[in-house]
Amino acid sequence: MNYESSQGTVHAIDSVSIAIQPRNLIAVVGESGCGKSTLGLAIIGLLPVPPAKQVSGNVVYKGVNLSNLNREQMRRYRGTEVAMIFQEPITSLNPVYKIGTQIEEAIAIRDSREKEKSSNSQQDKARERREEVLGSLKMVRIPDSESVANRYPFELSGGMRQRVMIAMALAQKPSLLIADEPTTALDVTTQAEVLKLMRNLMNEVDTSILLITHDLAVASQVADRVAVMYGGQIVEEAEVNELFKKPLHPYTNGLLSCIPTGSKKEARLKPIQGNVLDLRETYTCCKFAPRCPYVMEKCWKAKPHLQTSRTEHEVACYLYE
Amino acid sequence: MNRHDQLLETQDLKTYFTLRGSLLRRRKYVRAVDLVSINVASGETVAVVGESGCGKTTFARTVLLLTHSTAGSIKLLGQDAVRSKEYYRNMQLVFQDPESSLDPTMRIRDIVAEPLLGLSQLTREEIDKKVTQVMNEVGLGEDVLHRVPRQLSGGQKQRVNIARAIVSEPKLVILDEPTSALDASVQAQILNLLLDLQTKHGLSYLIITHNISVAEYLSDRIYVMYAGRIVEQGFTDEVIKKPRHPYTIALLASAPIPDPSKKNLLSAEITGEPPSAIDPPPGCRFNPRCPFAKELCRIKEPSLDPLSQDRFVACHFVTETA
Repeated sequence: MNYESSQGTVHAIDSVSIAIQPRNLIAVVGESGCGKSTLGLAIIGLLPVPPAKQVSGNVVYKGVNLSNLNREQMRRYRGTEVAMIFQEPITSLNPVYKIGTQIEEAIAIRDSREKEKSSNSQQDKARERREEVLGSLKMVRIPDSESVANRYPFELSGGMRQRVMIAMALAQKPSLLIADEPTTALDVTTQAEVLKLMRNLMNEVDTSILLITHDLAVASQVADRVAVMYGGQIVEEAEVNELFKKPLHPYTNGLLSCIPTGSKKEARLKPIQGNVLDLRETYTCCKFAPRCPYVMEKCWKAKPHLQTSRTEHEVACYLYE
Repeated sequence: MNRHDQLLETQDLKTYFTLRGSLLRRRKYVRAVDLVSINVASGETVAVVGESGCGKTTFARTVLLLTHSTAGSIKLLGQDAVRSKEYYRNMQLVFQDPESSLDPTMRIRDIVAEPLLGLSQLTREEIDKKVTQVMNEVGLGEDVLHRVPRQLSGGQKQRVNIARAIVSEPKLVILDEPTSALDASVQAQILNLLLDLQTKHGLSYLIITHNISVAEYLSDRIYVMYAGRIVEQGFTDEVIKKPRHPYTIALLASAPIPDPSKKNLLSAEITGEPPSAIDPPPGCRFNPRCPFAKELCRIKEPSLDPLSQDRFVACHFVTETA
């Protein structure tokens, strides 16, 4: 996936393959500009074309290739099958409608797609929906759901707003929820609550979650699998315990040693040298080579590809070939 | 510790913001900072941690005299704080957002030299020498001097911010969320830079942060703030190892650690949100969220009492949290 910009083509994601299993929480971790949000938007089909341009590759959902879908089918896919929540819940909510109305809208759209319910009268349907709104607010553990449904977004706190977003996304009963930095704008105590809620709901409503985050610590706490992205590529992917017990890629190792976990008296941090990549350039070498402490001659010549080094642990690095 | 070693001292500092009331309605206040007393000794790093809205940034702004205090005193080197060249020569700050804290139209050289123009009587040559020297110290080459901020990366901008703060050779630097806008790999570089500069110049730091691991890494002593008040203070390693205030306990339990075998996050038990600073709950401000809350907590506000010589906790039932 590339972006055409006034300063040339930005190679935002470069040959990313990711498989999401049902009822699984997979975390995509990386620093800003690594392409993790572009990946999320590409999966749900929300990238504006142009400037975005899918150069090669496919998104296949339950066996269907998304590029074969027409506009109407795409609309159904979005929301009903796959839903997405974003970092700043305040910008995703309409400021002039009440919370309840906005959730109800999501439910109404879903119902309009399920034509068989037409046996009920309009009134019954409206009442059913109203009950479902309150039910979905209760599901995301919002106390006093009746009064919250009658409030406007600005009257809620950040944590509550993000819960409303989750309720709205799940009202469509999607099989996949993409969460792009859902707790980055929240305080730590609120973050803990929201993540716990997402993890529990995954089993309750039978959905998978793709969690996009810059925070390895958050990923380690909630994910089943973790994929580490650098410069538009997945450089390592493994089951969560495996990845943190035996990180293979030098970038993953570098990221882990950047997280302060003690006092300055105990050990100094070992930062990764250099800066994040400029993705306007095309790289024929390993993208991490300029910053890598283990760089070899081979790394400058060709790009390493994801290899399964042991069971279910993939890494793109010549050290493990 | 000898009192003369104290660099910065605040005593019962209060910063209230007045909300516009009507003729009939009683005037209301936002109690952003309420009776906060802290001290920073020479060469020491002190952290103030708390969540958004707890008043930590207002506290920093009050100490810098950017916001008027309502009551209480601020002393720097034993002198009452007044807006003067002397005051800012001894105390500088690094802001949170490196993007908005640098003038986009100024060259880096002029940004870093600006404090010297106001605070010293150096010649142009001396200023240039000083700027080049300080830029080297923060790890930026001379080629950066003639650029403008937008040509720099986030990490480089924060280095410029740090250079500007230390160029006038202050004794104390206030760091307001110094790394929260940066990526993990850049954050680690900046944290190490701050430690190097401290050793080299004997600086004292007052760090304002919500990030427990940053506070743990950098600081010698820590103050935990909740809803405008200090609820716990002590040596950082002791507070982290054995938090005693229920809020500190919850805060530490909610901070994610990068180890999937210790799933602290999913077992964190705190619920609810911090209270409004306009109408804080009666009694202890943490009581609606506190798992230990009893009748007394809803009536009487606990004072910050010593637990040992260096440890202070504001909780009626501190013996039960151990």
